[in-house]
Amino acid sequence: MITLREKLHSYAVLGPFAIVLAFPFYWMLWTSFKSDIDLYNVNNVPFSFGKGSPTTKNYTFLFHHTQYLTWVKNTAFVGVVVVVITLALALPAGYALARLAGRWGQSLGVGIFLTYLVPPTLLFLPMSWVIAHIGLQDRLLSLIIVFPSFTVPFATWLLMGFFKTIPAELEDAALVDGASRFQTLLRVIFPISVPGILTAVIFSFSLVLNDFVYALAFITTSKEKTISTGVFTELIRGDVFFWQGLMAATLIPTIPLALLYNTFLNRFIAGFTGGAFR
Amino acid sequence: MVSVAQARPQSRWRNLFEERRFLAAALIGPAVIFILALVGGPLVLSIYLSLTNATGGALSGHYVGLHNFIDAWADPNFRRALRNTLLFTIVSQAIVLVCAGLIAHALTRPVRGRWILRFLILLPWAAPVPLSTIGWLWIYDSLFSVVNWTLVHDLMPGHHAFYLYKVVNWLPLPIGDIQPFNPPQWLGNSTLALAAVITVHAWRLIPFAVVIFLAGLASIPSEVEDAAKLDGAQGFKKFWHITLPLQLPIATVALLFGIVFTATDLTVVYILTGGGPFNSTQMLTTWAYTTGIRSGSLGEGAAISLYLLPLLVVVAVLMLRFARRVEVS
Repeated sequence: MITLREKLHSYAVLGPFAIVLAFPFYWMLWTSFKSDIDLYNVNNVPFSFGKGSPTTKNYTFLFHHTQYLTWVKNTAFVGVVVVVITLALALPAGYALARLAGRWGQSLGVGIFLTYLVPPTLLFLPMSWVIAHIGLQDRLLSLIIVFPSFTVPFATWLLMGFFKTIPAELEDAALVDGASRFQTLLRVIFPISVPGILTAVIFSFSLVLNDFVYALAFITTSKEKTISTGVFTELIRGDVFFWQGLMAATLIPTIPLALLYNTFLNRFIAGFTGGAFR
Repeated sequence: MVSVAQARPQSRWRNLFEERRFLAAALIGPAVIFILALVGGPLVLSIYLSLTNATGGALSGHYVGLHNFIDAWADPNFRRALRNTLLFTIVSQAIVLVCAGLIAHALTRPVRGRWILRFLILLPWAAPVPLSTIGWLWIYDSLFSVVNWTLVHDLMPGHHAFYLYKVVNWLPLPIGDIQPFNPPQWLGNSTLALAAVITVHAWRLIPFAVVIFLAGLASIPSEVEDAAKLDGAQGFKKFWHITLPLQLPIATVALLFGIVFTATDLTVVYILTGGGPFNSTQMLTTWAYTTGIRSGSLGEGAAISLYLLPLLVVVAVLMLRFARRVEVS
């Protein structure tokens, strides 16, 4: 039981923070429904709808007169392929580093994590040279090849940490009972690792969406762009800002992602602290 | 009989050990080879580049020793970029740790409406940075900034003259006085632009730190909580002697990630200010981009970004050591 004082204290902290942190999204949503005459008038109160607002015209424009939907499709494609590659490499590595490799596993794990600290800004000059030489410029394949360079170290580190929270006794018990290591992996470890694997999937996908440098350097053809660069480079031309459409474009991928994050958050936390105890 | 019973498990364990070593190599190998090729390779190329005078799209250049590093250091813009990288990282992370600690602590209590509050608080984390920063670009707009509108308009219904800018001017903030008829140019003034960048960095990293803190709080066994209650530990005392020491390793993890995410980020500054006005918000990353791509000095660009590497390694090693020590004790 919590006291009324504690309850009020929680609201007093969470309320203001929720307002401040979520405000930009409220503002994007509000702006995306405004008409030009309403938006671009300094005498209007920005928090209310004026002449011609609310309107869905900006969304119609975004979907039909820009290449936004193509960028969304490109992003989804790149994201899914990168996540598959990432899991294929990081899942076995993370498990082995946590369980099989002993003391040098820890050191190797730290080494792999350190590679994640190497910023893309450091790597993207030589990377773009390599990409140009193998003729992959302006192709989504270039992103699919390069993105795992940060998703794999990150996911390996994350999964390693996750597997460490699974008690070794659980595995040893299965092994002593006569199961092979592979069977143990498949029947004992894998099922209780689902939250950890989902965490790795969500993080990897979000890392892909968060990349800006590589996409900016490799892709210049507008129909091969992803959302992260397409919106900024194509919808803002010179000094002409198409603000309502821009806000709509930023909100559309954010909302499903936010719902996804929230749905998986409890499992994420469970995975982070060891779900095997429950 | 006795000897057989002892011998069997022993040989089984030996078999397992053989299997284990082979398995470990087979499972770790692909990831390690991949990382070596995609991170190690370009990193070596980058170091090679930094020692040459390579320009433009060509990799070929002559060996110039540490010339690029010395040249970069001599540039006042570089030193400003270095200072800004530290400033952005330290200030935003200080804000993040304090705010995230408060939020996470408040979120552990089962209050009504917690789901929606948590949803709202985590929004900035879910939003891709290249997109959400565009939202901030609009919030900071020179003419239609909603922040400025709120600051300089009477917010009390019925013309009771409540102006937020008066409150802000009264607060000891290092952003100068706000004039109602000449509202602040958040991205056009050097000092304000620094504050604007720090705000966005803190804003986008608070939710992530909250999530990590929540994980840490969830890992504190309920027995500890009960024991604390029995001993009469409450409020600040409980926080200082129980929650904080147990939270320290996880706070370190949050800080480590936060430092890396801020110091190596290019997106926020690139989209918000492009390093301006007059290079006042350049970071090492944006300065490396400007030098390496815009000006085409590949070698010097590589050298500038390499200045970031020792910083990151030192931070990471310190943090990992610290985290391990806490874990052991």
